Amino acid sequence: MKLEGRTWLFGDNIDTDAIIPARYLTTTDPVELARFCMEDADPRFAGQVRPGDFVVAGKNFGCGSSREHAPLALKGAGVGCVIANSFAQIFFRNAVNIGLPILECEADLPGLLLPGEILQIDLARGQIVRLADGRMFASPPLPSFMQEIIKYGGLIECVQARLKKMD
Amino acid sequence: MVEKILARAGGKERVQPGDLLTVKIDLALGNDVTAPVAIKEFERLGLDRVFDPEKIVLVPDHFTPNRDIPSAEQALALRRFSSRYGLVHYFEVGRMGVEHALLPEQGFVQPGTVIIGADSHTCTYGALGAFATGVGSTDLAAAMALGEAWFKVPATMRFVYNGRLPSWVGGKDLILFTIGKIGVQGALYRAMEFCGPVIDQLTIDGRLTMANMVIEAGGLCGYIQPDQATFDYLKGRTRQPYQAVYSDHDAVYAETYTFDVSSLQPQVAFPPSPENVHPVGEAKGIQIDQVVIGSCTNGRLDDLREAAAVLKGHKVHPRTRLLVIPATQWIYRQAMAEGLLDIFIEAEAAISTPTCGPCLGGHMGILAGGERALATTNRNFTGRMGHRDSEVYLCGPAVAAASAVAGEIVHPEEVL
Repeated sequence: MKLEGRTWLFGDNIDTDAIIPARYLTTTDPVELARFCMEDADPRFAGQVRPGDFVVAGKNFGCGSSREHAPLALKGAGVGCVIANSFAQIFFRNAVNIGLPILECEADLPGLLLPGEILQIDLARGQIVRLADGRMFASPPLPSFMQEIIKYGGLIECVQARLKKMD
Repeated sequence: MVEKILARAGGKERVQPGDLLTVKIDLALGNDVTAPVAIKEFERLGLDRVFDPEKIVLVPDHFTPNRDIPSAEQALALRRFSSRYGLVHYFEVGRMGVEHALLPEQGFVQPGTVIIGADSHTCTYGALGAFATGVGSTDLAAAMALGEAWFKVPATMRFVYNGRLPSWVGGKDLILFTIGKIGVQGALYRAMEFCGPVIDQLTIDGRLTMANMVIEAGGLCGYIQPDQATFDYLKGRTRQPYQAVYSDHDAVYAETYTFDVSSLQPQVAFPPSPENVHPVGEAKGIQIDQVVIGSCTNGRLDDLREAAAVLKGHKVHPRTRLLVIPATQWIYRQAMAEGLLDIFIEAEAAISTPTCGPCLGGHMGILAGGERALATTNRNFTGRMGHRDSEVYLCGPAVAAASAVAGEIVHPEEVL
């Protein structure tokens, strides 16, 4: 899957309370959650994010709670991919499970990029390219079983397929 | 140890860190924030049964007793789901407690078992020798359907605590100190094993506090080797026979940290990160609007006893309000029987029914802009307890109680 998008830059340790504060967790609707997405990290985000935009962050993105509302809010906001140095483990699996594309990238992208710069990414090959100068950044591809979950469109779809086989 | 439990649950001879495998789970947990999403996903599967109605526990604890109409709808979703699928272990308000205090207390946690919970603090149960970790709602939905979950086997970090703990220093101080040393990414995707003479002497409540905050260091799970104290605690609680798993003498650790904690001061984590840890002396003079004693980290009986020992005969400072939240109905009742609640009320603290409430800025003690709280909870992120311009400092129950009396952060000895 190839994507192109505008970047929003964030630092290290963006926690799930910053992605979606607990006060809004009384809904499960991604579009409703998106209205408050990143409210405590960058109050402009929810109002200005456009479908297909990328969130680019430092280390340990999504640390804190297990709330799946965090990747759901990002997906609801139309975020095309989250790229970070590293992810907190629960956020990582939640993103895979709901089909929000994510990539790990060693390079210090929040330091190297300007806000709003355009990136092109190839999820299957784990490639990130800065449109302005064609500079390429490597990213390890996801393990095959996670690619399978994403191929099915999420864990539930994957389980549905397994249950069908069991019948 | 973690490798052994996962190998057994995954039907393998042995596994190594980095291996991916699917394991059978012994228990799956959800709450009123995460289970509604899981239920929605589960229902998309079109099944007429869950994998085992005895192995799913639902606890409405985050926004309950219901905060508002939307949270009431979420709690209702759990109630309806439990009834439709015949879940045996749904804990209604009046019978519930903060989930990670409730499950060990009610005997759901056994050494050597695999427990997943759609709540990040599920790692608490490692204190009793279980493999337990937080997952998301979709994982919970899949687990409710199949009784399975996938994991990457984590490498293990070992933490050895030597010496003898000073007065007023406990499990919370040990774990805050540790997070302060390794940072919030220090154990990313690793297991944290706690051991040494100090851990051997620590009460089960203190051990649960330590394992509870493993997630704050990025850890996948915590682990404390079961010992006589564990078996004594489990006696009369546990629901079925279990087989404890022990670490090998020649177990391989990714890293080992050894600390002598004989002169450790009580620890305080400054906002906005649990790694921003200082000895209590460095927090002196920081004025406090609200103190919260409770949560899955420090709302257990030992915590309330410790707070009461400090508060006895004192009043909460006029500029400060103190909220005490016993984590379960049993703890509440026990605290009443021991006269602890009298001490709290005499000190002019408010006592609440069990709830996660203020810890996550849910309800029952939200902060206004510019306000500052000191809490025995587990997270001090920006806006965690309310307004984005409010602050949360983290500490153990003795410092919390003493600071409520002083109106500012102090060492317990300063008010005694």
